[in-house]
Amino acid sequence: MKSKVSNKSNAGIITLGEFKKIPGYPEEDDFSKGPIAVIECDQDIPCNPCEEICKYGAIKVGKPITNLPVLDAEKCRGCLKCITICPGLCIFVVYRDYTDKTSLIYIPYEFSPLPEKNTYVDVLNRRGEKICKGSIRKVIKLAGSNKTFVIGMEIPKKFYNTARHFEF
Amino acid sequence: MSDFVIIGAGPAGISAANESARYGVKVTLIDENNLPGGQLFTQTHKFFGSREHRAGVRGFQIGYDLIEEINKLNVDVLLDTIVYGISADMEVKYVTEGSSAKSITAGNILISTGALEKPVVFKGWTKPGVMGAGAAQTMMNVHRVLPGRKVLMVGSGNVGLIVAYQLKQAGADVVGIIEAMPSIGGYKVHASKIRRIGIPILTSCTIKEAKGSPQVSSAVIVGVDKNLREISGTEDEIKCDLVCIAAGLKPFDELCWLLNLEFKYINELGGFVPVHNDDLETSMKNIYIAGDAAGVEEASTAMEEGRLVGVAVAQKLEYLSDRQAEKLKGKINDRLKYLRLGSFGKKRAEGKKKLTSISK
Repeated sequence: MKSKVSNKSNAGIITLGEFKKIPGYPEEDDFSKGPIAVIECDQDIPCNPCEEICKYGAIKVGKPITNLPVLDAEKCRGCLKCITICPGLCIFVVYRDYTDKTSLIYIPYEFSPLPEKNTYVDVLNRRGEKICKGSIRKVIKLAGSNKTFVIGMEIPKKFYNTARHFEF
Repeated sequence: MSDFVIIGAGPAGISAANESARYGVKVTLIDENNLPGGQLFTQTHKFFGSREHRAGVRGFQIGYDLIEEINKLNVDVLLDTIVYGISADMEVKYVTEGSSAKSITAGNILISTGALEKPVVFKGWTKPGVMGAGAAQTMMNVHRVLPGRKVLMVGSGNVGLIVAYQLKQAGADVVGIIEAMPSIGGYKVHASKIRRIGIPILTSCTIKEAKGSPQVSSAVIVGVDKNLREISGTEDEIKCDLVCIAAGLKPFDELCWLLNLEFKYINELGGFVPVHNDDLETSMKNIYIAGDAAGVEEASTAMEEGRLVGVAVAQKLEYLSDRQAEKLKGKINDRLKYLRLGSFGKKRAEGKKKLTSISK
């Protein structure tokens, strides 16, 4: 919808400046240790399944359950479980240094058909804009994930903080 | 004669039935649909909350679990049945499809009849192809009929955001979501989901007209200022065959109006709401209210309110001692308190406080 009524709002968009304030967002250095959860949750919604599902104790919500989830980067193993339980679909796992030049972004996916492995896709940012090309590397159905799939998408490294969906 | 007649078998009604029947209350549960569960069966998304609230489980799955629970208990379920009135001496009058009118005398009554969608009136609003977001959700998620191919969603509360996402999942092209206020109404995470799959959200924008004859073929949208006045010259025509209205819900309390219960207008709860006390008993003794009918909130809260009434009725009929009942109520109220925290829940909590303070 290209409308004369302009879309000035950042409705639903976490802007770059806001990242640092979100306690579920890893510090820059944390990305160097391997796949790590990126919890893009910044509203005081009463919700805490991410805390409970993490068997490494890497996500802390505590009480009241409107607290924002806090990531303990030291404990996170990038196991992907939190991606599938989050009702807001706002958790990603980012493996920044997947190769020298590429990152692997794991995203929650609830559409059909599923992409096949090695499909070449258009990578979308948080605004749904195409930012680059990527390749689907993993299509994962975790036990208990209840119809939310995890897709691992390889992208050029410079987009690891912006790539959040794809189209094919 | 029934100890406890529950009208409306949505999340609140079923929870009340389960909770009271568990302690021995003889329950009659009535619903106009052919399956108990109410709106739970339209909800294909995962619920928020904590483990007690089945967070991470999809709404319809919670519906199946509640039905399984009813089936194990001593609950008389009347489906395809419409309640058309309640007399002052607690006689519930109903008609079951294909049968003549009947009535049942109730010791206690719970009215858990849910909510209605608020309409938005604009030129062409009665055309085929303009419908409530809840109607679209029922068509696609319950009856498996896609109500449109190109959809304009009006309203960015959680209902608008969730239904837009589900329409996209079902294969429709959602051309955009428009919102008259300067910011979105629902959770940011729902809006994020929408934005990253490429659906635009236009704030400070409303619908002016649905065009097409007779079926909708386009919609005219227009920008609005802070006072929601249209800004002329900002009109735009968008091709679509479905205009979904998600402009909020109001308590559906016709039976309460017929009983002449005391009401209070509470904006935070969707409009006129029957005044009730902490046990959710209304201004008329032995008549209870729960769920969206007691103020529009969401399904987890509705289930907790239903449980609260279930315990209150079991206590009154002496299936539970006062001590047992107060302990159970305390736990439920703690969970309700959690559901009403945060910037979204806080407003509903304030609305509830206004309502219950009157009855004291």
